[in-house]
Amino acid sequence: MNRVVSANTTRFILLILVQALVLNHINFLGYINPYLYILFIILFPVKNNRMLFIFLSFILGLTMDFFLDSGGIHAAASVSIAYIRPVILKFCFGTVYEFQTVKFDTVAFSSKVLYITILTVIHHFILFSLETFNISKVIFILQKTFFSSIFTIILCVLVTIIFSRKTK
Amino acid sequence: MQQIINFIIRNKTFLLFLLLFSISVIFTIQTHSYHKSKFINSANFITGGVYNSVNDINKYFDLNTQNKLLIEENNKLKSLLYNRNSNPDFNYIDSLTYVNSYRFTIASVLKNSYSSVKNVLLINKGSKDSIKQDFGVITSKGIVGIIDNTSKHYATVISILNPTSKISAQLKKTNHFGTLTWNSKSPFFTQLFDIPKIAPVKAGDTIVTSGRSAIFPKGIPIGTIHDFKLDAAENYYEINVKLFNDMTSIEHVYIIENVDVEEITNLLNNNLNE
Repeated sequence: MNRVVSANTTRFILLILVQALVLNHINFLGYINPYLYILFIILFPVKNNRMLFIFLSFILGLTMDFFLDSGGIHAAASVSIAYIRPVILKFCFGTVYEFQTVKFDTVAFSSKVLYITILTVIHHFILFSLETFNISKVIFILQKTFFSSIFTIILCVLVTIIFSRKTK
Repeated sequence: MQQIINFIIRNKTFLLFLLLFSISVIFTIQTHSYHKSKFINSANFITGGVYNSVNDINKYFDLNTQNKLLIEENNKLKSLLYNRNSNPDFNYIDSLTYVNSYRFTIASVLKNSYSSVKNVLLINKGSKDSIKQDFGVITSKGIVGIIDNTSKHYATVISILNPTSKISAQLKKTNHFGTLTWNSKSPFFTQLFDIPKIAPVKAGDTIVTSGRSAIFPKGIPIGTIHDFKLDAAENYYEINVKLFNDMTSIEHVYIIENVDVEEITNLLNNNLNE
Protein backbone atom coordinates (compact mmCIF):
# COMPACT_ATOMS: atom_id res chain seq x y z
CA MET A 1 0.00 0.00 0.00
CA ASN A 2 2.72 2.39 1.07
CA ARG A 3 4.66 1.69 -2.11
CA VAL A 4 1.65 2.62 -4.25
CA VAL A 5 1.24 5.93 -2.43
CA SER A 6 4.90 6.87 -2.76
CA ALA A 7 5.03 5.81 -6.43
CA ASN A 8 2.02 7.95 -7.26
CA THR A 9 3.29 10.92 -5.28
CA THR A 10 6.61 10.81 -7.14
CA ARG A 11 4.80 10.44 -10.44
CA PHE A 12 2.56 13.42 -9.60
CA ILE A 13 5.50 15.76 -8.85
CA LEU A 14 7.73 14.51 -11.67
CA LEU A 15 5.01 14.80 -14.31
CA ILE A 16 4.13 18.35 -13.23
CA LEU A 17 7.77 19.45 -13.35
CA VAL A 18 8.44 17.79 -16.72
CA GLN A 19 5.25 19.27 -18.15
CA ALA A 20 5.82 22.81 -16.87
CA LEU A 21 9.53 23.07 -17.56
CA VAL A 22 10.11 20.99 -20.69
CA LEU A 23 7.00 19.98 -22.61
CA ASN A 24 5.26 23.36 -22.59
CA HIS A 25 8.18 24.88 -24.44
CA ILE A 26 8.22 22.48 -27.39
CA ASN A 27 5.68 24.44 -29.51
CA PHE A 28 6.12 22.10 -32.45
CA LEU A 29 4.99 23.89 -35.67
CA GLY A 30 4.10 26.92 -33.58
CA TYR A 31 1.43 25.59 -31.26
CA ILE A 32 1.51 21.81 -30.81
CA ASN A 33 2.42 20.76 -27.28
CA PRO A 34 2.04 17.33 -25.68
CA TYR A 35 0.25 17.19 -22.32
CA LEU A 36 1.99 14.24 -20.71
CA TYR A 37 0.78 15.05 -17.18
CA ILE A 38 -2.51 13.19 -17.78
CA LEU A 39 -0.43 10.02 -17.52
CA PHE A 40 -1.01 10.35 -13.77
CA ILE A 41 -4.76 9.96 -14.32
CA ILE A 42 -4.26 7.20 -16.90
CA LEU A 43 -1.99 5.09 -14.68
CA PHE A 44 -3.73 5.71 -11.34
CA PRO A 45 -4.51 2.33 -9.65
CA VAL A 46 -7.85 0.90 -10.70
CA LYS A 47 -8.78 -0.17 -7.19
CA ASN A 48 -9.21 3.23 -5.63
CA ASN A 49 -11.30 5.59 -3.62
CA ARG A 50 -13.17 7.36 -6.37
CA MET A 51 -13.69 10.63 -4.47
CA LEU A 52 -9.97 10.85 -3.66
CA PHE A 53 -9.06 10.10 -7.29
CA ILE A 54 -11.30 12.87 -8.63
CA PHE A 55 -9.98 15.30 -6.05
CA LEU A 56 -6.34 14.46 -6.86
CA SER A 57 -7.02 14.97 -10.56
CA PHE A 58 -8.47 18.38 -9.74
CA ILE A 59 -5.34 19.31 -7.76
CA LEU A 60 -3.16 18.06 -10.65
CA GLY A 61 -5.04 20.18 -13.17
CA LEU A 62 -5.09 23.21 -10.90
CA THR A 63 -1.31 22.99 -10.39
CA MET A 64 -0.88 22.99 -14.16
CA ASP A 65 -3.13 26.06 -14.33
CA PHE A 66 -0.99 27.82 -11.75
CA PHE A 67 2.10 27.15 -13.84
CA LEU A 68 0.51 28.14 -17.13
CA ASP A 69 -1.70 31.06 -15.97
CA SER A 70 -4.59 29.44 -17.78
CA GLY A 71 -7.50 29.94 -15.37
CA GLY A 72 -9.14 26.54 -14.78
CA ILE A 73 -8.98 24.79 -18.12
CA HIS A 74 -6.57 22.01 -17.10
CA ALA A 75 -8.47 21.38 -13.86
CA ALA A 76 -11.79 21.08 -15.72
CA ALA A 77 -10.38 18.70 -18.35
CA SER A 78 -8.57 16.54 -15.75
CA VAL A 79 -11.61 16.24 -13.48
CA SER A 80 -13.75 15.23 -16.44
CA ILE A 81 -11.53 12.39 -17.58
CA ALA A 82 -11.08 11.23 -13.97
CA TYR A 83 -14.86 11.05 -13.60
CA ILE A 84 -15.50 9.11 -16.80
CA ARG A 85 -12.46 6.83 -16.50
CA PRO A 86 -14.39 3.78 -15.13
CA VAL A 87 -16.65 3.75 -18.21
CA ILE A 88 -13.64 3.79 -20.53
CA LEU A 89 -11.83 1.14 -18.50
CA LYS A 90 -14.88 -1.10 -18.84
CA PHE A 91 -15.07 -0.42 -22.57
CA CYS A 92 -11.39 -1.13 -23.22
CA PHE A 93 -10.57 -3.97 -20.84
CA GLY A 94 -13.99 -5.61 -20.41
CA THR A 95 -13.87 -8.59 -18.11
CA VAL A 96 -10.40 -7.85 -16.73
CA TYR A 97 -11.81 -4.64 -15.32
CA GLU A 98 -14.91 -6.35 -13.93
CA PHE A 99 -12.67 -8.36 -11.60
CA GLN A 100 -10.68 -5.23 -10.70
CA THR A 101 -7.42 -6.86 -11.73
CA VAL A 102 -6.21 -4.45 -14.40
CA LYS A 103 -2.45 -4.08 -14.19
CA PHE A 104 -1.25 -1.59 -16.76
CA ASP A 105 2.06 -3.39 -17.18
CA THR A 106 0.44 -6.65 -18.21
CA VAL A 107 -2.66 -5.83 -20.28
CA ALA A 108 -2.73 -6.27 -24.05
CA PHE A 109 -0.89 -3.56 -25.94
CA SER A 110 -3.73 -2.73 -28.37
CA SER A 111 -6.35 -2.21 -25.66
CA LYS A 112 -3.90 -0.10 -23.69
CA VAL A 113 -3.33 2.18 -26.69
CA LEU A 114 -7.09 2.42 -27.24
CA TYR A 115 -7.61 3.34 -23.59
CA ILE A 116 -4.92 6.06 -23.68
CA THR A 117 -6.28 7.39 -26.99
CA ILE A 118 -9.86 7.79 -25.77
CA LEU A 119 -8.85 9.54 -22.52
CA THR A 120 -6.39 11.84 -24.31
CA VAL A 121 -8.81 12.91 -27.02
CA ILE A 122 -11.57 13.69 -24.49
CA HIS A 123 -9.13 15.61 -22.28
CA HIS A 124 -7.74 17.66 -25.15
CA PHE A 125 -11.14 18.42 -26.58
CA ILE A 126 -12.41 19.83 -23.26
CA LEU A 127 -9.10 21.64 -22.71
CA PHE A 128 -9.04 23.42 -26.06
CA SER A 129 -12.79 24.12 -26.06
CA LEU A 130 -12.47 25.93 -22.75
CA GLU A 131 -9.26 27.65 -23.84
CA THR A 132 -10.79 29.02 -27.04
CA PHE A 133 -14.24 29.48 -25.46
CA ASN A 134 -15.81 30.27 -28.80
CA ILE A 135 -18.12 27.83 -30.54
CA SER A 136 -17.62 29.49 -33.91
CA LYS A 137 -13.96 28.43 -33.91
CA VAL A 138 -14.83 24.72 -33.73
CA ILE A 139 -12.52 23.87 -36.66
CA PHE A 140 -9.60 25.46 -34.83
CA ILE A 141 -10.48 23.49 -31.65
CA LEU A 142 -10.69 20.20 -33.52
CA GLN A 143 -7.45 20.87 -35.37
CA LYS A 144 -5.61 21.64 -32.14
CA THR A 145 -7.18 18.61 -30.43
CA PHE A 146 -6.18 16.32 -33.27
CA PHE A 147 -2.53 17.36 -33.58
CA SER A 148 -1.83 17.66 -29.85
CA SER A 149 -3.56 14.32 -29.21
CA ILE A 150 -1.26 12.52 -31.66
CA PHE A 151 1.76 13.99 -29.90
CA THR A 152 0.45 13.19 -26.41
CA ILE A 153 -0.59 9.62 -27.29
CA ILE A 154 2.80 8.79 -28.83
CA LEU A 155 4.62 10.21 -25.81
CA CYS A 156 2.32 8.47 -23.29
CA VAL A 157 2.73 5.08 -24.99
CA LEU A 158 6.51 5.53 -25.21
CA VAL A 159 6.78 6.48 -21.54
CA THR A 160 4.63 3.56 -20.42
CA ILE A 161 6.78 1.17 -22.47
CA ILE A 162 10.07 2.59 -21.21
CA PHE A 163 9.05 2.65 -17.56
CA SER A 164 7.05 -0.58 -17.44
CA ARG A 165 8.18 -3.21 -14.94
CA LYS A 166 7.30 -6.09 -17.22
CA THR A 167 9.80 -8.94 -17.05
CA LYS A 168 9.61 -11.51 -19.78
CA MET B 1 -35.15 15.15 4.44
CA GLN B 2 -34.09 11.52 4.66
CA GLN B 3 -34.45 11.24 0.89
CA ILE B 4 -32.35 14.32 0.22
CA ILE B 5 -29.52 12.95 2.37
CA ASN B 6 -29.84 9.57 0.68
CA PHE B 7 -29.68 11.25 -2.69
CA ILE B 8 -26.52 13.13 -1.73
CA ILE B 9 -24.84 10.00 -0.39
CA ARG B 10 -25.81 7.98 -3.45
CA ASN B 11 -24.56 10.56 -5.91
CA LYS B 12 -21.62 11.90 -3.92
CA THR B 13 -19.06 11.17 -6.65
CA PHE B 14 -21.12 12.90 -9.29
CA LEU B 15 -21.77 15.88 -7.01
CA LEU B 16 -18.06 16.20 -6.20
CA PHE B 17 -17.28 16.07 -9.91
CA LEU B 18 -19.91 18.72 -10.62
CA LEU B 19 -18.58 20.97 -7.84
CA LEU B 20 -14.95 20.75 -8.95
CA PHE B 21 -15.88 21.13 -12.61
CA SER B 22 -17.92 24.27 -11.91
CA ILE B 23 -15.08 25.73 -9.81
CA SER B 24 -12.66 25.27 -12.71
CA VAL B 25 -15.12 26.72 -15.22
CA ILE B 26 -15.60 29.76 -12.97
CA PHE B 27 -11.81 30.23 -12.84
CA THR B 28 -11.72 29.92 -16.63
CA ILE B 29 -14.42 32.52 -17.14
CA GLN B 30 -12.63 34.91 -14.79
CA THR B 31 -9.58 34.90 -17.07
CA HIS B 32 -11.77 36.14 -19.93
CA SER B 33 -12.20 39.54 -18.35
CA TYR B 34 -9.35 41.95 -17.91
CA HIS B 35 -7.72 42.01 -14.44
CA LYS B 36 -10.06 39.45 -12.92
CA SER B 37 -7.81 36.39 -12.53
CA LYS B 38 -6.95 37.09 -8.90
CA PHE B 39 -6.34 33.60 -7.61
CA ILE B 40 -4.88 31.40 -10.36
CA ASN B 41 -1.62 32.95 -11.51
CA SER B 42 2.01 31.91 -11.59
CA ALA B 43 3.20 34.89 -9.52
CA ASN B 44 3.17 32.91 -6.31
CA PHE B 45 5.92 31.54 -4.11
CA ILE B 46 6.01 27.99 -5.50
CA THR B 47 5.59 28.38 -9.28
CA GLY B 48 7.54 31.64 -9.30
CA GLY B 49 10.34 29.98 -7.35
CA VAL B 50 10.48 26.97 -9.67
CA TYR B 51 10.55 29.16 -12.79
CA ASN B 52 13.15 31.42 -11.20
CA SER B 53 15.60 28.64 -10.37
CA VAL B 54 15.24 27.08 -13.83
CA ASN B 55 15.70 30.47 -15.46
CA ASP B 56 18.98 30.86 -13.57
CA ILE B 57 20.32 28.04 -15.73
CA ASN B 58 18.44 28.74 -18.94
CA LYS B 59 19.56 32.33 -19.28
CA TYR B 60 23.13 31.24 -20.07
CA PHE B 61 22.00 29.63 -23.33
CA ASP B 62 20.71 32.93 -24.61
CA LEU B 63 23.62 35.20 -23.71
CA ASN B 64 24.79 35.79 -27.28
CA THR B 65 21.48 37.08 -28.62
CA GLN B 66 20.85 39.18 -25.53
CA ASN B 67 24.30 40.77 -25.80
CA LYS B 68 23.64 41.62 -29.42
CA LEU B 69 20.34 43.24 -28.48
CA LEU B 70 22.02 45.28 -25.76
CA ILE B 71 24.72 46.49 -28.15
CA GLU B 72 22.08 47.46 -30.72
CA GLU B 73 20.22 49.44 -28.09
CA ASN B 74 23.40 51.08 -26.81
CA ASN B 75 24.26 52.01 -30.36
CA LYS B 76 20.89 53.64 -30.84
CA LEU B 77 21.11 55.57 -27.57
CA LYS B 78 24.70 56.68 -28.26
CA SER B 79 23.73 58.02 -31.66
CA LEU B 80 20.86 59.92 -30.05
CA LEU B 81 23.16 61.29 -27.36
CA TYR B 82 25.95 62.54 -29.62
CA ASN B 83 23.76 63.79 -32.45
CA ARG B 84 21.47 65.99 -30.43
CA ASN B 85 21.79 69.71 -30.91
CA SER B 86 23.55 70.47 -27.68
CA ASN B 87 24.81 73.89 -26.90
CA PRO B 88 28.25 73.76 -25.24
CA ASP B 89 27.57 77.06 -23.46
CA PHE B 90 24.57 75.51 -21.81
CA ASN B 91 25.66 75.80 -18.20
CA TYR B 92 22.47 76.16 -16.22
CA ILE B 93 20.07 73.38 -15.38
CA ASP B 94 16.62 73.97 -16.71
CA SER B 95 14.72 72.26 -13.94
CA LEU B 96 11.50 72.17 -15.95
CA THR B 97 12.86 69.67 -18.45
CA TYR B 98 14.04 67.35 -15.68
CA VAL B 99 10.63 66.53 -14.28
CA ASN B 100 10.30 62.85 -15.00
CA SER B 101 6.79 61.55 -15.34
CA TYR B 102 7.87 57.97 -16.14
CA ARG B 103 9.98 55.73 -13.92
CA PHE B 104 11.76 52.70 -15.38
CA THR B 105 12.64 49.37 -13.69
CA ILE B 106 14.48 46.47 -15.30
CA ALA B 107 13.31 42.87 -14.98
CA SER B 108 13.93 39.45 -16.56
CA VAL B 109 11.27 37.23 -18.03
CA LEU B 110 11.02 33.91 -16.16
CA LYS B 111 8.23 32.36 -18.19
CA ASN B 112 7.25 33.34 -21.69
CA SER B 113 4.30 31.93 -23.62
CA TYR B 114 3.15 32.71 -27.13
CA SER B 115 1.44 29.58 -28.46
CA SER B 116 -1.63 29.57 -26.27
CA VAL B 117 -4.81 31.54 -26.91
CA LYS B 118 -4.28 33.81 -23.90
CA ASN B 119 -0.63 34.45 -23.20
CA VAL B 120 0.78 35.57 -19.87
CA LEU B 121 4.42 36.22 -18.96
CA LEU B 122 6.07 35.98 -15.56
CA ILE B 123 8.80 38.45 -14.52
CA ASN B 124 11.11 38.51 -11.51
CA LYS B 125 10.05 41.84 -9.99
CA GLY B 126 7.09 42.21 -7.65
CA SER B 127 5.45 44.39 -5.06
CA LYS B 128 8.73 44.51 -3.14
CA ASP B 129 10.19 46.52 -6.04
CA SER B 130 7.02 48.68 -5.97
CA ILE B 131 5.61 47.11 -9.12
CA LYS B 132 1.83 47.43 -9.24
CA GLN B 133 -1.03 46.47 -11.52
CA ASP B 134 -1.34 48.43 -14.78
CA PHE B 135 2.32 49.30 -15.25
CA GLY B 136 3.51 48.97 -18.83
CA VAL B 137 6.19 46.48 -19.92
CA ILE B 138 8.44 47.08 -22.95
CA THR B 139 11.72 45.87 -24.44
CA SER B 140 14.27 47.93 -26.32
CA LYS B 141 12.40 47.12 -29.54
CA GLY B 142 8.75 47.55 -28.64
CA ILE B 143 5.91 46.89 -26.23
CA VAL B 144 5.35 43.59 -24.43
CA GLY B 145 2.28 43.98 -22.23
CA ILE B 146 0.74 45.26 -19.01
CA ILE B 147 1.33 44.06 -15.42
CA ASP B 148 -1.58 42.05 -14.07
CA ASN B 149 -1.02 40.28 -10.73
CA THR B 150 1.88 40.92 -8.39
CA SER B 151 3.22 38.92 -5.47
CA LYS B 152 6.14 39.87 -3.25
CA HIS B 153 8.89 38.88 -5.71
CA TYR B 154 7.09 38.12 -8.97
CA ALA B 155 4.54 39.64 -11.29
CA THR B 156 2.49 38.35 -14.21
CA VAL B 157 2.28 40.35 -17.42
CA ILE B 158 -0.72 40.21 -19.78
CA SER B 159 1.08 39.96 -23.10
CA ILE B 160 -0.09 41.90 -26.15
CA LEU B 161 -0.68 38.38 -27.48
CA ASN B 162 -3.80 38.13 -25.33
CA PRO B 163 -7.30 39.01 -26.54
CA THR B 164 -8.15 40.67 -23.19
CA SER B 165 -5.43 43.31 -23.60
CA LYS B 166 -6.56 46.39 -25.49
CA ILE B 167 -3.86 48.97 -26.04
CA SER B 168 -4.34 52.39 -27.56
CA ALA B 169 -2.09 52.77 -30.61
CA GLN B 170 -1.74 55.26 -33.43
CA LEU B 171 -0.02 55.87 -36.75
CA LYS B 172 3.38 57.43 -36.29
CA LYS B 173 3.05 60.11 -38.95
CA THR B 174 -0.50 61.24 -38.19
CA ASN B 175 -2.44 61.19 -34.94
CA HIS B 176 -5.21 58.79 -35.97
CA PHE B 177 -5.54 56.28 -33.15
CA GLY B 178 -7.19 52.90 -32.66
CA THR B 179 -7.21 49.82 -30.43
CA LEU B 180 -4.61 47.09 -30.63
CA THR B 181 -5.85 43.54 -29.94
CA TRP B 182 -4.83 40.03 -30.94
CA ASN B 183 -6.80 37.45 -32.91
CA SER B 184 -4.96 34.44 -31.33
CA LYS B 185 -3.38 33.37 -34.61
CA SER B 186 0.27 34.26 -35.19
CA PRO B 187 2.66 35.48 -32.45
CA PHE B 188 4.29 37.83 -34.98
CA PHE B 189 1.17 39.86 -35.87
CA THR B 190 -1.42 41.82 -33.90
CA GLN B 191 -4.50 43.61 -35.16
CA LEU B 192 -5.25 47.32 -34.98
CA PHE B 193 -8.92 48.36 -35.19
CA ASP B 194 -10.87 51.62 -35.34
CA ILE B 195 -8.45 53.64 -37.45
CA PRO B 196 -10.80 55.98 -39.36
CA LYS B 197 -11.11 55.59 -43.12
CA ILE B 198 -9.77 59.09 -43.69
CA ALA B 199 -6.32 58.22 -42.28
CA PRO B 200 -3.52 57.79 -44.84
CA VAL B 201 -2.72 54.12 -44.26
CA LYS B 202 0.05 52.47 -46.28
CA ALA B 203 1.78 49.11 -45.91
CA GLY B 204 5.11 49.55 -44.15
CA ASP B 205 4.03 52.53 -42.01
CA THR B 206 5.07 52.47 -38.36
CA ILE B 207 2.54 52.02 -35.53
CA VAL B 208 3.40 53.46 -32.09
CA THR B 209 1.62 53.74 -28.74
CA SER B 210 -0.64 56.77 -28.50
CA GLY B 211 -0.01 57.82 -24.90
CA ARG B 212 -3.75 58.17 -24.29
CA SER B 213 -4.00 55.42 -21.69
CA ALA B 214 -1.69 56.67 -18.88
CA ILE B 215 0.11 53.29 -19.07
CA PHE B 216 2.54 53.72 -21.96
CA PRO B 217 4.17 57.02 -22.89
CA LYS B 218 3.52 58.25 -26.41
CA GLY B 219 5.71 56.95 -29.22
CA ILE B 220 6.87 53.51 -28.08
CA PRO B 221 7.27 51.47 -31.27
CA ILE B 222 4.90 48.55 -31.82
CA GLY B 223 5.33 47.40 -35.40
CA THR B 224 4.76 48.12 -39.06
CA ILE B 225 1.60 47.78 -41.16
CA HIS B 226 1.65 44.44 -42.97
CA ASP B 227 -1.72 44.61 -44.70
CA PHE B 228 -5.06 46.31 -44.13
CA LYS B 229 -8.70 46.27 -45.21
CA LEU B 230 -11.89 48.19 -44.43
CA ASP B 231 -14.26 46.63 -41.87
CA ALA B 232 -17.79 45.47 -42.68
CA ALA B 233 -19.30 48.94 -42.28
CA GLU B 234 -16.50 50.42 -44.44
CA ASN B 235 -15.82 53.21 -41.95
CA TYR B 236 -12.73 51.94 -40.19
CA TYR B 237 -9.60 50.07 -41.16
CA GLU B 238 -8.63 46.67 -39.78
CA ILE B 239 -4.86 46.61 -39.89
CA ASN B 240 -2.50 43.64 -39.52
CA VAL B 241 0.56 44.89 -37.62
CA LYS B 242 3.87 43.05 -37.88
CA LEU B 243 5.52 43.38 -34.47
CA PHE B 244 9.06 44.75 -34.05
CA ASN B 245 9.48 42.53 -31.02
CA ASP B 246 10.10 38.84 -31.48
CA MET B 247 7.62 37.78 -28.79
CA THR B 248 8.95 34.23 -28.92
CA SER B 249 12.29 35.26 -27.43
CA ILE B 250 12.22 37.88 -24.69
CA GLU B 251 14.71 38.00 -21.85
CA HIS B 252 15.19 41.51 -20.44
CA VAL B 253 12.30 43.95 -20.17
CA TYR B 254 11.70 47.44 -18.80
CA ILE B 255 8.74 48.22 -16.59
CA ILE B 256 7.32 51.73 -17.00
CA GLU B 257 5.57 53.44 -14.14
CA ASN B 258 3.61 56.58 -14.91
CA VAL B 259 4.18 58.75 -11.84
CA ASP B 260 1.22 60.97 -12.64
CA VAL B 261 -1.26 58.14 -13.05
CA GLU B 262 -3.09 58.95 -9.81
CA GLU B 263 -3.53 62.57 -10.77
CA ILE B 264 -4.82 61.60 -14.22
CA THR B 265 -7.33 59.03 -12.95
CA ASN B 266 -8.58 61.41 -10.24
CA LEU B 267 -9.16 64.06 -12.83
CA LEU B 268 -10.98 61.65 -15.13
CA ASN B 269 -13.14 60.33 -12.28
CA ASN B 270 -14.06 63.88 -11.22
CA ASN B 271 -15.18 64.58 -14.73
CA LEU B 272 -17.26 61.41 -14.78
CA ASN B 273 -18.95 62.24 -11.46
CA GLU B 274 -20.00 65.69 -12.46
